[in-house]
Amino acid sequence: MSPHEVLRSSFAPLRREDPDMTTTTVPTTGTLLRLATAGSVDDGKSTLVGRLLHDTKSVLSDQLAAVERVSRDRGLTAADLALLTDGLRAEREQGITIDVAYRYFATARRSFVLADCPGHVQYTRNTVTGSSTADVVVLLVDARKGVLEQTRRHLAVTALLRVPHVVVAVNKIDLVDFSAEVFERVNAEVQAVARELGVEDAIAIPVSALDGDNIADRSTRTPWYAGPTLLELLESLPPSDDPTREAFRLPVQLVIRPQGAARDEAHRDYRGYAGHVASGVVRVGDEVVALPSGKRSTVTGIDLGKRSLDEAFAPQSVTLRLADEIDISRGDVIASVADAPEPTQDIRGVVCWLGDAPLRPGQRLLLKHGSRTVQTAVRAIDGALDLDDLQAVPSEALSLNDIGLVTLRLASPVPVENYSTSRRGGSFLLIDAHDGRTVAAGMVGATLPTSADAPTQPEGDEEWDI
Amino acid sequence: MSASTIDELETTAAAADSPTTDHGGRVLSQLDALEAEAILVIREMVGELERPALLFSGGKDSVVMLHLAVKAFWPAPIPFPVLHVDTGHNFPEVLEYRDETVERLGLRLEVASVQDYIDDGRLRERADGLRNALQTQPLLDAINEHRFDGVFGGGRRDEEKARAKERIVSLRDEFGQWDPKNQRPELWNLFNPRHRPGEHVRVFPISNWTEVDVWSYIERENIPLAPLYYAHEREVFQRDGMWLAVGPYSQPREGETVETRLVRYRTVGDMSCTGAVESPARTNAEIVVEVAASTLTERGATRADDRISEAAMEDRKKEGYF
Repeated sequence: MSPHEVLRSSFAPLRREDPDMTTTTVPTTGTLLRLATAGSVDDGKSTLVGRLLHDTKSVLSDQLAAVERVSRDRGLTAADLALLTDGLRAEREQGITIDVAYRYFATARRSFVLADCPGHVQYTRNTVTGSSTADVVVLLVDARKGVLEQTRRHLAVTALLRVPHVVVAVNKIDLVDFSAEVFERVNAEVQAVARELGVEDAIAIPVSALDGDNIADRSTRTPWYAGPTLLELLESLPPSDDPTREAFRLPVQLVIRPQGAARDEAHRDYRGYAGHVASGVVRVGDEVVALPSGKRSTVTGIDLGKRSLDEAFAPQSVTLRLADEIDISRGDVIASVADAPEPTQDIRGVVCWLGDAPLRPGQRLLLKHGSRTVQTAVRAIDGALDLDDLQAVPSEALSLNDIGLVTLRLASPVPVENYSTSRRGGSFLLIDAHDGRTVAAGMVGATLPTSADAPTQPEGDEEWDI
Repeated sequence: MSASTIDELETTAAAADSPTTDHGGRVLSQLDALEAEAILVIREMVGELERPALLFSGGKDSVVMLHLAVKAFWPAPIPFPVLHVDTGHNFPEVLEYRDETVERLGLRLEVASVQDYIDDGRLRERADGLRNALQTQPLLDAINEHRFDGVFGGGRRDEEKARAKERIVSLRDEFGQWDPKNQRPELWNLFNPRHRPGEHVRVFPISNWTEVDVWSYIERENIPLAPLYYAHEREVFQRDGMWLAVGPYSQPREGETVETRLVRYRTVGDMSCTGAVESPARTNAEIVVEVAASTLTERGATRADDRISEAAMEDRKKEGYF
């Protein structure tokens, strides 16, 4: 274990120029930001996570005592904060992170759900898992090493999944003597890769996760750096790509029709469509359309439990009542009329292949989009992404962790949207019908950098965003 | 305990839980976002699974899950039964609360009894008398017997580091085992509980809630709980740094002195290994403040069995524990 895996100052009182900046007061009226970590194996992810937890006072004394005890047993002179997040025995044995660990911390301004993702290439599927729900990815780069292969891969996945924000923590800045030149060089390198991948706002911060420089407290050792600390930045980022600005969509999960089982007599004739608002806003009185049937009606009520609402917005879970008894069942999408998507049986898009056995043309799978699952056949594999030079190359099959462009035929029409327009309306799973495993994360309409135009372009030919 | 129904309480809480808006945009508050996610998960599993059930112990986390289920299906009743794995070492006031709640919500309760297994020899009492680890076999047998293909649990990722690795929808093989090194990817909010015959899924709708979130939500929604969660005088004795209640399953040993203290419980479980904390907090609001300021995790403060080894929870989970 490198000394950098160990928090140098152990748990001595922390330097704190602004003691009120972090606090244990939990802002339950605040908002929730979901972040995921990324970066190469030894870039110090677990130490950074430990530092964030520690500096927001999210590590409680019994957890700390356990970490210190185990660290001592291993002959370390300071507590190894990675032990806080490496929750599995195999992880502690091997000193690596195998699976995503979820951690929670809060400041006076915001609460955070942190997905601590493994850096090893063979665990890319977990990185995809952590990033798919993230509002921001914190990408660790070792100031001494700059952009490594795994850094590029993680940035590629981040770009592919369209994570709204990327923060680049240029770590171990203490080991390059807090050099502004080194920081600028690494930053330029990161920005070049980010631009190549279509990531627009990668904000870089010089940090030492080990010593806490520019994490919660502004470092006195980087006087040349005028930007925010990592925590300040995380507190101030807009929460997400604001799904409420997209068009209204509600995938119907269940039809609520209590009849004789109603909790009270007044609701015997209740009929409502339960689902979550995947995007947009819906108000009582809005005209809506059910997809794929195309039948129209008007919203007469929005219920959240016993409460009636005037409007609902993403990502609320509600139940809609409509003016007409039209045929709507689980799997259908209720959408705003103006810009409702055209249901289609042909999809082209990019998949992250997560199955152990390779994906080949002709294969039959299940596709889950919103609350609907349909059969699908793989018509073609139109290319795979070479993660070394970030270019598309021809491919006969996709192996575990490959990112590829595929053409799918669905057994029945599904109202998919372009992933670049809507992360919710454009995402799908591929599922192995035999054992139920999730074998791919799919994004409708995404393309690879240099892939040739295929004969069928059902979803339009949006330029690639990776 | 209040005799009010959850429905009535929901109405009184209505004014408090309107989503906050931010800069003219629409942003859900943290509690509203957590609530929306949990309801999404509960509904999706009912849509996908044939025979789900909800693990209900009478503890605060399972009560919050039930409250969310009421909201998810209102005005229809909760469309699945609840299952209690009874250690035989329960706090009587928790059992009473369990039965009242089941009655109030018109639920079907299935009980898997550890005591029955001990009585007929299928399980043997451990040397230390702790029964939490003994719950696994009765739980798995109940899942098989009732052919449940999905079980909702109130586990939270902030409770323990093995639980921090858990998916919201988590596959169990035909022996009920969790394979943490080979977990299914969980992408966006597309949950996939499909499995082969004989397998089942465990579903944790409040995975992303912290202890403070749970208490803040209980306060906001005014959810009735078993009275032992609130400060009360109790005869206790100190063991392993915890206050254990004097009761049929936990008696002081030589040298352990019985005292009357003002205590409350942060978790409720096997009475012989669940410790009380000294606390003057008598209301939900006081508990929110106390929990936010606590320097110990809830399990660290109150569960003897989790102190046994660093991997105690991981080992139990792999064998099929919740």
